[in-house]
Amino acid sequence: MPLVREHDVLKSLLGAWALSACAPAEGEAVEEHLGDCGPCADEALRLREAVGLLHRPESLDLDPGLRTRVLESCLERRPPRIPVPEWAAAYDAETARLDALLQDFGDSEWHAPVRLRWYEADEASSRRTTVAGVIAHLLTVDGLVAVALGLNDPLGEITAARPTPADRTEAYWRAARFPPTRSVRAPWREQSHALVRTVSFTGGTERTTVPYGDFELPLPDALLDRAFECWVHAEDIAEAVDYPYDPPSGRHLHRLVDLAARLLPAVLEHRRLHGLASPVERRLVAAGEPGRSLRLEIEGSGGGEWLIPLDSPAAKGSAEHEVAHVALDGAEFCRLAAGHVPPREAAAGQEGDRTAIRDVLFAAASMSRM
Amino acid sequence: MPERDAPPRWDRRMQQRLARGEAAALGELYDRFASLVHGLAHRVVGDEPAADALTRDVFAHVWQHPDSYDPDEGPLRSWLAALTNRLAVQRLRTTGTAALARGGPGTTEDLERTLRHASVAARADYIVQSLPTPLRAALELAYFQRRDYHQTATDLGVTDDEARRRLRLGLQLLATAHDTETPGAPPGIGGAA
Repeated sequence: MPLVREHDVLKSLLGAWALSACAPAEGEAVEEHLGDCGPCADEALRLREAVGLLHRPESLDLDPGLRTRVLESCLERRPPRIPVPEWAAAYDAETARLDALLQDFGDSEWHAPVRLRWYEADEASSRRTTVAGVIAHLLTVDGLVAVALGLNDPLGEITAARPTPADRTEAYWRAARFPPTRSVRAPWREQSHALVRTVSFTGGTERTTVPYGDFELPLPDALLDRAFECWVHAEDIAEAVDYPYDPPSGRHLHRLVDLAARLLPAVLEHRRLHGLASPVERRLVAAGEPGRSLRLEIEGSGGGEWLIPLDSPAAKGSAEHEVAHVALDGAEFCRLAAGHVPPREAAAGQEGDRTAIRDVLFAAASMSRM
Repeated sequence: MPERDAPPRWDRRMQQRLARGEAAALGELYDRFASLVHGLAHRVVGDEPAADALTRDVFAHVWQHPDSYDPDEGPLRSWLAALTNRLAVQRLRTTGTAALARGGPGTTEDLERTLRHASVAARADYIVQSLPTPLRAALELAYFQRRDYHQTATDLGVTDDEARRRLRLGLQLLATAHDTETPGAPPGIGGAA
């Protein structure tokens, strides 16, 4: 039955024909057949119309600010019974922003080289990795919070020499047989969602602390620290693939600056004990009493003023005892604290006690780590 | 495929968490579906601010009425696509009708035709995104890369027969965007204008 076979063969070509994807001779044979065969002619028309519906998807970048606007509008209309704690909001927003950046990355972006930079012993340090390696780094360090909350450790069976961010990251990188790939995105994102979900239920009720190996932070501060790191590394990634990336919203940036400003007095004390900050003119100040202070003025969106007590973490910052004044842009201050800006070049405006200013700027840079 | 019938566990959990008023669930819902919702809305209404506003409306609807989604009736993803399509066409109809009332150009028939086209285009986008990967890959090569079916077969490592089958099946599925019975077709839009 040559005719029937011909019909089947020609019918099977209809899709390719509608897309103009068959050989010229085959195309002619199909068109000849359509004149004689009603069902094939109907299908051919339908498929040609379907081709008209194909179009190259416009790569519309979602406005990163839309997420906050949409969620806020929803929560106003129906207040949540289980809200996300305010101190977790920056982490929620920053992980979402980074995830959106990763959305359209191809293999070349995932394997683009990235240099992680930080300050160690007052010297600029760096470590080479890839975009996927940075996400692996965020996964393992966010894992410290996960472990503190009783969630699974992304390190699994891998053991780190010490439970510090750097050792955990190095252990994770070393344990993999191949360099990290895009497959690291899903576990990182699942974990970040799980953290926000978990702190919505448990946050506030218990006094959880997150051990970082050499120090520990209360859970709310740990989430702010992770939001900070997420943004800093998102900037590293964006720079590596030549994409634009904005600083966090003013409200979140303010909280990140505030965390750094609150940590500074203890960092100064630690550095003094190790001879890294000047002991000169140090006066003993009773706990809770006002002491010599540096006024940190943060300009721009999310800005504000902080009085950093210089003599002891227990002292109270005091405008009357202000000995120095430093003015910086908020994002710039965060880059200093991230070890991305040399302390000597950091402050736009400085006045007053030069030693105090130097101590504070170096202390800020020393808070950075891999 | 039996797993087609059982809604994924994720959808059911999400619906319960939204109903419980968990703000973190709303964030996760947004992270998973915002680009789908925004893309479909943009395809219908054609401009960025309107697509942003629709995205807000879609998520607000789900958040305020989590029970309007029934996991037994299908995946959350296609339900959200249908909701987006419906709200987007509604918005386009409202602005179009207002423009006509102000004495703008065109007729009610023109408006209905525009609405029908916009709605079909959005459904087609959704179908393409939801096609099984082998079918989508074949269409991608034949249409966007202008490969013939033989080259498409070679690129995909399949027989010529299989490449022809995938191209035809892919287009057949895409053609259902024209059908008013397609899930997602809002009542009154499509066949009878």
